[in-house]
Amino acid sequence: MSNQTNGLKAANKKQASSLLRKNVRKFVRNKLAMIGLAFVVIIVAASVLAPLLTSYDPNQISLGEMTQQPSAEHILGTDKLGRDVFSRVLYGGRISVFVGVVGALSGSLIGMVLGSVAGYFGGKIDALLIRLSELFQTFPEMILIMILVSILGQGVGNLILVFSITGWMTTFRMVRNEFLALREETYVQVCEAFGMSKAAIMFKQILPNVLSPVIVATTVNVAGFILSEASLSFLGIGVPSSVPTWGNILNAAKSIEVVTNYWWLWAVPGVVNSVFVLAINFFGDGLRDVLDPKQQ
Amino acid sequence: MENKQTIFQIRNLRMWFPIKKGLLKKTVGNVKAVDDVTLDVYRGETLGIVGESGCGKSTLGKTIMMLNKPTDGQVLFNYGGEFKDITQFTPQELFQFRKKVQMVFQDPYSALNPLKKIYTVFEEPLKVHGVHSKEEREKIMQQVLQMVNIQPDYLLRYPHEFSGGQRQRLCIARALEVRPEVLICDEPVSALDVSIQAQVLNLMKKIQKDLNLTYLFIAHDLSVVQYMSNRIVVMYLGKIVEVADSRSLYDTPLHPYTQALLSAVPVPQIHQEKKRIVLQGEVPSPINKPTGCAFHPRCPHCMEICKKVDPALTSYKDSDHMAACHLYGKQAE
Repeated sequence: MSNQTNGLKAANKKQASSLLRKNVRKFVRNKLAMIGLAFVVIIVAASVLAPLLTSYDPNQISLGEMTQQPSAEHILGTDKLGRDVFSRVLYGGRISVFVGVVGALSGSLIGMVLGSVAGYFGGKIDALLIRLSELFQTFPEMILIMILVSILGQGVGNLILVFSITGWMTTFRMVRNEFLALREETYVQVCEAFGMSKAAIMFKQILPNVLSPVIVATTVNVAGFILSEASLSFLGIGVPSSVPTWGNILNAAKSIEVVTNYWWLWAVPGVVNSVFVLAINFFGDGLRDVLDPKQQ
Repeated sequence: MENKQTIFQIRNLRMWFPIKKGLLKKTVGNVKAVDDVTLDVYRGETLGIVGESGCGKSTLGKTIMMLNKPTDGQVLFNYGGEFKDITQFTPQELFQFRKKVQMVFQDPYSALNPLKKIYTVFEEPLKVHGVHSKEEREKIMQQVLQMVNIQPDYLLRYPHEFSGGQRQRLCIARALEVRPEVLICDEPVSALDVSIQAQVLNLMKKIQKDLNLTYLFIAHDLSVVQYMSNRIVVMYLGKIVEVADSRSLYDTPLHPYTQALLSAVPVPQIHQEKKRIVLQGEVPSPINKPTGCAFHPRCPHCMEICKKVDPALTSYKDSDHMAACHLYGKQAE
């Protein structure tokens, strides 16, 4: 008998995954989203494969080659310390994307856990968490980040910590509101009637139903955090300037002299940064269309 | 119904939902959804619970399941002859109790998690209740699916691929997985088409016979309740107003509310003249119940005593037919 079920499980696989395939097809048909995805993939791949694409060490200072124009040797020229800009943009992408992705993921994780707890239990815990999130939201985000960075010090890890502390509120609200509606669904009561644990009901039964908007919000947050990282590094309070990131490269454009005379120092990293953020946003919009039909 | 064995003894059960207001969340009143219900349920019977919307039928069912923590009173369950009060159970005991009593809910469209395949939905309760081997689980799944006439190869589909009737059958099958002794059915067919209703009801009757189940059948459709039940409880504003065998309730309804309720059942004959008792006014709020008999403001036979004294549920002519009405208290004297 069990063999029959196993056999059926295999035989029906095609039909079972039809929902996923339908969604994939819908996504593929969305041209803007596909272009976004393509750019994201290209930029991420280029960053990851940086050692294959360039032979220059991004931190190799060579005073003999200061501020050279783009040439065959240095595709995007060199900066004021003679470092290869192309190589710095590639390696910088690693840190920038990493900070954005991990920051957004951990922010979403915090938001999901707190939102689940608040929405499912309601009452005092809910009220407390709501106030807490409002408190965080009333602060100007940039100033909060600056304060936290100055307390915790500079560094990639600290920046991610700061982003996850400041970025959980939207996810929290979204998850909490969905939970308030979904906990009244009959299947939740059925699970309670079977005596399932509260944690299992929250995270195994209800949470998967909330996940689609959270995924969309997370992709948008990735873009936002990459921008925040760039701004903070530009201001000199993000990642330490010894580490190449898109923001740190742009940091060079602080002086008028650089902006007017050495366009290759800021134009290319700026464009790459903007293109990546734009691509992520297109990708996120495409995901929203597929996963979240309510918000179309 | 000879040598009746009691499976549930419900004693003075109260389920009040507090209404909280203001910053300090002061309790300003209670919604008395279930108010002082005393009831015995016998093994193997179908006990119908009827009443209009908001009279506390569903709350009663959920409170017996301990999905709500009752405000007051006892619910005693027969554990092989020994009655234990489930309102005092520890979480661990309550978890074991879940295998004895299961529930089928009103809305089959939201009773199955839309993201999960039926296979997963059916597997979860078994896993939770300690059926660890996959073979064992699949055997049980096949058995319960067979009982509700659903092919096992449907297991890999999603809930949205089923019709309402199929879904409700799946819900019944899932409740049966843990081999319950009592099934509380909270309006199991009210969301279904009439043609499907009959199908599901007949199936439920058959399952009851096969497994010797006890049903607590909550419904507002009187013809459905009559078809299903051995005994019927009529509720009004959180209280039981009449308990009787199905036959005797429909033949000689005692309580004026029951009489009015039954007179509202449509009769499928064109020329039959029917005396329709139309009740005046609205159902009073369960927050501010009338004094005395809760039904007195609408009762066509209201007497002075009804406004002051709440009638107790008493037997009529020493039979199983009980009603909470002063009309019959006087007769007995």
